[in-house]
Amino acid sequence: MTTSTIPSPKAAGFSFRRAQSRATDTRPLLWPSIFVLLIWMIVPLVLTLYYSLRNYNLVDPTVTGWAGIDNYTYLLTDPSFLTSVMNTVVLVGGVLISTVVFGTLFAVLFDQEFWGQGAARLFVIAPFFVMPTVAALVWKNLLMHPVNGLFAYITSSLGLGVIDWFTTMPLFSVGIIVAWQWVPFATLILLTAMQSLDREQMEAARMDGAKAVARFRHIIVPHLARPITVVVMIETIFLLGIFAEIYVTTSGGPGDASTNLPFLIYKTAILNSDVGGGSAGGIVAVVLANIVAFFLVRTVARNLD
Amino acid sequence: MKTKPRDKALMTLLGWGVAFIVFFPVLWMALASVKTELDAVATPPKILFRPTLENYAEINQRADYLKFFTNSIVESVGATLVCLLLAAPAAYAMAFFPTRKTKDILMWMLSTKMMPAVGVLVPIYILAIQTHLLDTWAGMIIVYTLMNLPIVVWMLYSFFREVPKEILEAARMDGATPRQQLLELLLPLSLPGIMSTALLSIIICWNEAFWSINLTASKAAPLTAFIASFSSPEGLFWAKLSAASLLAIAPILVFGWLTQKQLVRGLTFGAVK
Repeated sequence: MTTSTIPSPKAAGFSFRRAQSRATDTRPLLWPSIFVLLIWMIVPLVLTLYYSLRNYNLVDPTVTGWAGIDNYTYLLTDPSFLTSVMNTVVLVGGVLISTVVFGTLFAVLFDQEFWGQGAARLFVIAPFFVMPTVAALVWKNLLMHPVNGLFAYITSSLGLGVIDWFTTMPLFSVGIIVAWQWVPFATLILLTAMQSLDREQMEAARMDGAKAVARFRHIIVPHLARPITVVVMIETIFLLGIFAEIYVTTSGGPGDASTNLPFLIYKTAILNSDVGGGSAGGIVAVVLANIVAFFLVRTVARNLD
Repeated sequence: MKTKPRDKALMTLLGWGVAFIVFFPVLWMALASVKTELDAVATPPKILFRPTLENYAEINQRADYLKFFTNSIVESVGATLVCLLLAAPAAYAMAFFPTRKTKDILMWMLSTKMMPAVGVLVPIYILAIQTHLLDTWAGMIIVYTLMNLPIVVWMLYSFFREVPKEILEAARMDGATPRQQLLELLLPLSLPGIMSTALLSIIICWNEAFWSINLTASKAAPLTAFIASFSSPEGLFWAKLSAASLLAIAPILVFGWLTQKQLVRGLTFGAVK
């Protein structure tokens, strides 16, 4: 400091911080994380791309050499592929809609004052912490089982007959299980978001005679719009990868009725040992997920700072 | 805002009704776990029965349950520790010495989470075979560490940013080295944040079921894979399976309940606080 004027404390503090950040080299602290993530991101992706252009079968060593775009043409013209993409879209879309609707309603409900509210909240968010394989098995064996399941008992006592859930409506049944796990997630996030709602505005609206429905539509829904976007995008990333629930319940069947894209890739690459074909599917999945990710990252970036 | 008693009673009924329905499958499983195998599959379903703890006693004899439980603990805690060791310095650097690139680095780390696991399943599977990491603790810890690293960096970053800079600056003026600042000031100050980050990471690893099913077999299979192995045979062991399942989810339920507030921040990358 060679200036004759006395710097204001604020300015001095600022320049001090700047000087410090220049003096301290933080790169050694950062590079281990960046380095491993870079490898984690690039190596498998490059390998997937490479395998997708090769003839490669895990159990048949005679299958070898470049395949060009054969794996892709084969995949894209395979009827299973179109089915699995459609199933993925239906599953993701259906679960998203139901989680947002129920999540919003539950968030509003559990934001009200009532007796034992804290405990009731814990029970509502619990399914989110249940591991997917357990969730799938409970629904499959204890609830939806056509012989011993609770639902079979309920529907037959009501005279509706027994529904064999996983045979007659496999995708819907998987969707119920997945929604059961993700509604609590939406509820948890939206409930947290409700806490920053302007209570005075709500109260004022009530005083002015706004009915509950009007308050919900004109105050709560706009307030929750952004958290809902976040919920939708985060769920989309996870829902695009649903695997364990299908693996445990239907194994993608009957036929391809409940096969989504991840399960198709698993079937091709691991069960049928067709690495080339599975990799081509992997690249397609990466491209699809990146379209979603692009929007998610932009939203989060806007919220940063 | 005062709620009228009648409304409050109505809300109580509604709230607990919804809570009951949503929680019911877990409750039903818990009931099945203390039934005998015969009671568990009885039609009509038995609500009144003589409870037994037999299933819990028998699980380990029949299925080597403890081994899978140990695998789950080693893999999720191991990965979480490695993750924290890698992430804490990075989060510290970005929270206290932000540069123009900090935001880009954070966003880039987040974007690596967007890669669908299934897209890279094949090369990871083959690499695991070639490096003999398939079905090992080390292999699972590596995969889980990398899987959680972005979330852990993000969460630690957001907790570190809440530590008043002035405290660290004062320490710096007094001649504390970055190492001392990190270990003796920042860690104690942000311990609650670090704990909830660790818990979230453990929860995610514990419940992870894609890599565990595909990359483990008998030796390193955690509980998710163990439970999944019961998907095909339809034996009369639902009561035992329920007991095993309940033990598998109980610790995570407790962790989840304890940290629900901080979890929101971690799960939404700070977009909802």
